[in-house]
Amino acid sequence: MSNTPNQNNFSKGTDLAVIILYFAMVAIGILCIFMVEFNPNSNWSNSLIAGKNSYSKQIYFAIFCGFVGIFILLMDSKVFTALANISYGVGIALMLATFVLGKNINGSKSWIPIAGGFNLQPAELCKIFTALILAKFISKPETDFTKLKSHLIAGAMIALPAVLSIMQHEMGLALVYSAFLFAMYREGLPPAILIVALSFAILVIATLLLEPVILAIILTVIAALIILSMIKRFKRNRNTILLVVGIWAICFGTIRYVVPYIFNNVFECYQSTRIYSMIGKEYDCSQNNKSVSASGKQHGKKPDDYNVKQSKIAIGSGGFWGRGFLKGTQTRGKYVPEQNTDFIFTSLGEAFGFIGTATFLGLYLFFLFRIIRIAERQRSTFSRVYAYSVVGIFFFHIAVNISMTIGLFPVVGIPLPLISYGGSSLLTFTVLVFILLRLDADRQMVLR
Amino acid sequence: MALYNSNRGGIIQIIIGFVFVIIIGQLISLQIFSNKYKLAADNNAIFRKIIYPDRGIIYDRKKRALLENTISYDLVVIPNEAKGVDTAAMCSILKISKEEFNKRMIEVIVKNSRVKAGIFEPFLSPELYAQITENLYRFPGFSLSERSIRSYPYNTAAHVLGYVAEVDVNFLQKHEDDGYEMGDYAGMTGLEKQYENVLMGQRGVKRYLRDNKGKIQGAFEKGQFDTLAVAGRNLFTSMDVEVQQLAEKLLQHKIGSAVVINPKTGGVIAMASSPGYNPNLLTGNQRRRTIGSLLTDTARPIYNRAIKGQYPPGSTFKPMGALIALDEGLIAPSFGYNCFGLYSACGDPRKCEHHNAGHAANLQLALANSCNSYFLQVFRMAIDNPKYHNAKQGYLKWKEYVNSFGLGRKLGIDLPSENKASIPDTAQYNKDFGNPKYWNSCYMLTLGIGQDRMTATPLQLANAMALIANEGYYYTPHFVDSIEDEDEDDKAILSKFRTKQEVTKISSDIFKIIKEGMHDVTVYGTAAGIKVPGHEYCAKTGTAQNPHGKNHSLFVCFAPKDNPRVAVAVVVENAGFGATWAGPIGGLLMEKYLNDTLTSESKIKSDYLAGVDLMPQSIKDWYIRNNKTERLAPIEYNNDELSDVWDMEMVSENAPLPSKKVDTIKKTIDSGANKTNMPLPATPAPVIKKDSAALLNKKKKNPTTKNVKHTKSK
Repeated sequence: MSNTPNQNNFSKGTDLAVIILYFAMVAIGILCIFMVEFNPNSNWSNSLIAGKNSYSKQIYFAIFCGFVGIFILLMDSKVFTALANISYGVGIALMLATFVLGKNINGSKSWIPIAGGFNLQPAELCKIFTALILAKFISKPETDFTKLKSHLIAGAMIALPAVLSIMQHEMGLALVYSAFLFAMYREGLPPAILIVALSFAILVIATLLLEPVILAIILTVIAALIILSMIKRFKRNRNTILLVVGIWAICFGTIRYVVPYIFNNVFECYQSTRIYSMIGKEYDCSQNNKSVSASGKQHGKKPDDYNVKQSKIAIGSGGFWGRGFLKGTQTRGKYVPEQNTDFIFTSLGEAFGFIGTATFLGLYLFFLFRIIRIAERQRSTFSRVYAYSVVGIFFFHIAVNISMTIGLFPVVGIPLPLISYGGSSLLTFTVLVFILLRLDADRQMVLR
Repeated sequence: MALYNSNRGGIIQIIIGFVFVIIIGQLISLQIFSNKYKLAADNNAIFRKIIYPDRGIIYDRKKRALLENTISYDLVVIPNEAKGVDTAAMCSILKISKEEFNKRMIEVIVKNSRVKAGIFEPFLSPELYAQITENLYRFPGFSLSERSIRSYPYNTAAHVLGYVAEVDVNFLQKHEDDGYEMGDYAGMTGLEKQYENVLMGQRGVKRYLRDNKGKIQGAFEKGQFDTLAVAGRNLFTSMDVEVQQLAEKLLQHKIGSAVVINPKTGGVIAMASSPGYNPNLLTGNQRRRTIGSLLTDTARPIYNRAIKGQYPPGSTFKPMGALIALDEGLIAPSFGYNCFGLYSACGDPRKCEHHNAGHAANLQLALANSCNSYFLQVFRMAIDNPKYHNAKQGYLKWKEYVNSFGLGRKLGIDLPSENKASIPDTAQYNKDFGNPKYWNSCYMLTLGIGQDRMTATPLQLANAMALIANEGYYYTPHFVDSIEDEDEDDKAILSKFRTKQEVTKISSDIFKIIKEGMHDVTVYGTAAGIKVPGHEYCAKTGTAQNPHGKNHSLFVCFAPKDNPRVAVAVVVENAGFGATWAGPIGGLLMEKYLNDTLTSESKIKSDYLAGVDLMPQSIKDWYIRNNKTERLAPIEYNNDELSDVWDMEMVSENAPLPSKKVDTIKKTIDSGANKTNMPLPATPAPVIKKDSAALLNKKKKNPTTKNVKHTKSK
């Protein structure tokens, strides 16, 4: 059956559960956008047909995406392996093109205007292309993914669009590229790297939370304790003591130079402020070199934690059972900014309460686990790496997006997959899912 | 190679699951374990608008509205939303400085917080209202809020109606459960306060959804949590606007009070206290300007003398003294006392107004002539009643009687802060005179003629007249006869006004004797000069000594003699003889109520009386010192002249020395003819009849030629 994939019965072998979940998610998304946009004073059925509201636009996007999905299912799996490198190149080219053609939307110059008033965000599409090229690279027979060299090549493939995103002031999108760590880890990335990354993250957070002097003392004490406790081993091997001292020095350098450098030169002022406000501190924007060069855009309109505060109020006011469909006052009163895109989760939380949010998260968890299952049943490495990339991207989006609405993560502008309003985003996730479904339908094939 | 690292899929699942558990944990804490977000959301989005109902209207007995509601506008501001206000324009419209603007803003924030609307400028005048509505777009956060305020079409009965004012912190603490809020208005005095619950109605609350810009989105939950405002209910009183207006008119430029009661129901027909004020001065933005000067006025125009003023009743008490003695069987109506102008049974002689023999030959004569000696004697007999062994017991019995007449205790009228005045306790005399064993009736002798420590409010005196008129019972004086849509609570309140108060066991025969005596007062006695056209009436004059200067002029009466329909008490402070000032006022009030109109003669008399200035000199001086000359009477009178007048009046009253009853009547009618028209016996009657205005002008240049000085009893 796998030998005739593109014949009449395109649905053969596709995973029905994922398709159902996909449509359920899109439907929930449209419902949420409808809740946000709903205005009792205007006739919603009229505006639905007129296509002027976000939810009606989203319906048209969804229909379009449905066709794209069918189109992908009708394609030959080999196309994806064949086009992986080229598409990545095109994607990078498009991202570079934004610096020339880019249209400024919400302070980031990452959009290319296309016909009909729609705009395309190449960084979104680049996620797909990066997933494909990563899969292609790892699945190459000559790649030995236990080697550091392979790791570095893969890392560079991922880092390139991420860096370009940062240059476009799209920190959120850049962060998403770290989602490929899942796929890399699955294919043999040593856990030590993850542990180091995690330690680094903890160190950064500690730097923010504690006074540098106190943190330095704590680190010194820890280092001293380790040396004392393992003093006998050190006598046998001088190098280990150097290792401990080296780690101590790196930590110290991180606190003293790297973290301030990141906050002052890599992050923009508003991002640093958001991160600081998460832990209840204030960030002094005058230190920020990046925003000085970008000559601060629109600052100081509302207190920086306004979004999160209102979003928490909206979700919290839902209570256990929720306030009911279309009855959320936070949503109706438009208290949550960006509510139909990045903060779409709040309308769900307010209207349907804990029951709603828990059910929603359950669906998503099932969706992710289902894709992991699909990944593990692939014969070809290409499909598996790609599947894990999809899992990583989805998971990262969901986790970061929901965490930021409930105050667990600083606000970075990334959408909730399949739910948030936006054609680019919906199209990206649709393509991600449907390529996976196409590959899965051909799971008996070995793709290279 | 495919299966290599396959356990890592599980680890990835664990990581994903772990992150989801953290998220779920946070959701549990947000959505299940904290209520504050729900509150915060409601604070954000639900705008509560209080709908004020119209206050109830107060009507008089002929359904004329004593007060009405009119619409006024307040300029309100929500400080949080007042951004980008054209401050300069606002200041120039309101004619305030920038500093004042900021000060008011801070006041609003302090009072009502930043997000609630607070009053920036209350009671806009029509011009301001027009200017501000035109420019409202320049003042974001500001809006106009409609409010109904009181107005008083008859400009009358300020003391009775009371006023409404913004509630203060004290009020809010006292009425914590009644749902008042800062900025609300409530009745502060008078009927407005007494019947606040009835008049205020029920406030409604409308809830609106508003968006993040404060714009109203529409009703919250389709208005299912809204409550409707229920208009306050109306009060129907026993008052009569015209009588009330007349009473106030007659008392102007005088200090004093008049109370008119319907003895059949206890309903108060009129209650005036002078000096008063125009109730319209205490509504709207007038209030700010007026209240201060009213409160600091030395004549205390806000003070309701009718229920709070404590006056020695003087001779007006005599009928009651007689009632006690008759009921106790101490005297018979034929009891006489041989008075020659002095009462010296207690050593230090007390003077009586009369010298002629036989003026107190029986009770009726004694009442008619208001013989001090007679009633001092009667009082002593009551105190030293052998039935009660000693003076103290006798006094207690006497006090019981007096209290039962409604003196020395609160009557329970439906006005706040009624004063009970004073019928002294034995304790007070014990303190003064030591052990009751040692004191006797001579110690408090003048209680018998309504002096000493006895005081009564005009209301109590009027009520005592109602009691005599009804021959032994009264209805608790009250204003409100009925309440619109009376419910059980209202009935409970009003039931005490609808029950007969039978407080004495004195038989009606005894009352009839007293009534006859009081009738004689008006026929040939001290009030013979005062007539009520078409009606026989009963009265008693009083001239009460007091520590504050000249004697108070008192008059109590009821009419008609048979089947009385009105009882009146009038007090004019420091005016002199009862029959001269209080008497004619009482007479006119009765006439007005009984006949519903005044004869043209009475009209002239009332205009004259209204013009007479009897303000004590000390108060006039105060007005002049404090630049409040507008409060002075337009025509100044020479008080010395007037004092001559009243001294003479007494003389003239003393003049007829009746040996026979018929004789006296004739004579008093003669002299009464003069007095009916004007209280100056020296001025010939025709002058007034010609032109009362001429009289008013003449009055000043009309020195009394007679200079008979009368030495008063101590």
